[in-house]
Amino acid sequence: MTAPADVTAALQAKFSGITPRPSADHPAINVPNADVVAVLKYLRDEFAFDFLTDVTAIDWAEGTSPRFTVVWHLYSSTTHAYLRVASNCSSDTEPSMPTVVDLWPGANWHERETWDLLGIKFTGHPDLRRILMWDEYPYHPLRKEFPLAGIETALPDLEVAEETKTKVIAAPMVGGPFVASSGEVNPSDAEPRAKDESWNERREKPDEPNV
Amino acid sequence: MATEFAFPDASARSAAAAQEFETEKMSLSMGPSHPSTHGVLRLQMELDGEVLTKCDPVLGYLHRGDEKIAENMTYNQFVPYTDRLDYLAPLANNVAYAIAVERLAKLEVPPRCQAIRLICCELARISSHLMGLGAYGIDVGAWSVFLYSFTEREKLYKLFEELTGARFTTSYTRIGGVSRDVPEGWTDRVNAFCDQFLPILDEILRLLTRNKIFMDRTVGIGVISKEDAIAYGLSGPNARGSGVTLDLRKDRPYCGYEQYEFDVPVGSNGDCYDRYLVRGEEMKQAVRIVKQAIAKFPGGDWYAKDARKIFAPPKDKVLTSMEELIQNFMIVTEGPQIPAGEVYFEAENPKGMLGFYIVSKGGGVPWRMKIRSPSFCNLSILPKVCRGEMISDVVSILGSLDFVMGECDR
Repeated sequence: MTAPADVTAALQAKFSGITPRPSADHPAINVPNADVVAVLKYLRDEFAFDFLTDVTAIDWAEGTSPRFTVVWHLYSSTTHAYLRVASNCSSDTEPSMPTVVDLWPGANWHERETWDLLGIKFTGHPDLRRILMWDEYPYHPLRKEFPLAGIETALPDLEVAEETKTKVIAAPMVGGPFVASSGEVNPSDAEPRAKDESWNERREKPDEPNV
Repeated sequence: MATEFAFPDASARSAAAAQEFETEKMSLSMGPSHPSTHGVLRLQMELDGEVLTKCDPVLGYLHRGDEKIAENMTYNQFVPYTDRLDYLAPLANNVAYAIAVERLAKLEVPPRCQAIRLICCELARISSHLMGLGAYGIDVGAWSVFLYSFTEREKLYKLFEELTGARFTTSYTRIGGVSRDVPEGWTDRVNAFCDQFLPILDEILRLLTRNKIFMDRTVGIGVISKEDAIAYGLSGPNARGSGVTLDLRKDRPYCGYEQYEFDVPVGSNGDCYDRYLVRGEEMKQAVRIVKQAIAKFPGGDWYAKDARKIFAPPKDKVLTSMEELIQNFMIVTEGPQIPAGEVYFEAENPKGMLGFYIVSKGGGVPWRMKIRSPSFCNLSILPKVCRGEMISDVVSILGSLDFVMGECDR
């Protein structure tokens, strides 16, 4: 078995366009977009990098090109070595990357998460749905232009809306800190409730979600 | 005269029956608030009678956006957020995070600090497994295990409180050290806990290991093969239960694990029962490590003294010396100064390999932080392992995977 230090040299001999990547710890390489699956398969079969611990991506902020870099972290359960493989997405507006679900079924959820939070399309993925945010969510929140405070979004549940033919408006959540009205005699009125009371038991629900 | 019997045609009869009793698959949603999901996990299941034909976990009910939050605050400010990942072992998360940042800063912490962190990690492992074991007992119908294991866990929480000032969300580590030295006599009390714990642990395990009901519900249920465990990125007791000898404490030692003797228990069948056995044995090994660490507990500094731009100086010096005051001010306002670069560090946490991938452009705030949570990876095998199992076994499988949604959803 070849030592991890030789991996870069061996890969460079077999594939073109592979460059070492600066790293503070483990060996790391940059791989061209098109060769990703072949390189990862080669690493898994020839260098015993059998354990895909993590798939993620980096957003280098709007205006930089290439903007998105997808990163795979490989581990070997036999040689106990790590390797970081990175590849830049060719498009800055519609980033995409070939999937590795065929090599490691465990990549399935990691790629779904990367799509969900950073909006990178994994071509050939069998089931590329959002995983942490809900299906109808319109943004990719880990992108740099997305504000930390979030963007208020309606919570339409398509299934419920289809069944009931009604518009679903989420209960107000922007309130907080929760306030209790003072001086009320009736304890149920003195209950702490969200500050935003655009609709509640007493005030009627608006027809349109208030954004 | 022989009578001729006309035997009814079996296939024709079953076809008629199928027409009469037309069956269809039922879809059933389990969770997000179901006792056996240990948090807020929803399983969208498709059932054929009592047998699962499909199981689709729905995550994200506990998503807080920790990675986004990390990009917007200094390295030390993120320590309390790591408590809330695997909230059953906050100390171990603190340590994993601190080591990741220190690797990036190329910072070595002194031996005493390493030993404190190692004891923290192992006590967190015991505490997490006790909780996992107790909850698993309840899941499969054994109430008393929970009562015994919670009593022990409570003793541990008293020790945590004494050490960190908090029982649950400890936030104990800082980049380059820990928040305070161990209190006087604390190591003796840990030692005393370990001594009384081992016989009680045996007692707890005796309630389950040869329990007929428990074995009926776990042996041969939820079998994960060795190949699958690796392919799906399983780690921790779930991988080791399937016979994968994957333990970062042995393979890539950190915190000085290489100085201590301990065994890595490994299962052979990969079923729920093996995962339970592995956790039980791991607690015994954790006690073994803690006792060794206390026996040769090193003196000296408990934080990296030379890291003047990273570790805030002690409070009494800040209040009396100008230079230390400036140092403290800079670290609090600007954050610890970490050089640019990329680092990926994984620690062997109670639930599996907890990884932090940090991309820094220099300064006090990370550019990107990705948290590789073991529960997320461990759960990804659920659709595969649940297919073809009975619905009552789903509870058994979920409990044996011992996941925490706080970590899974981040």
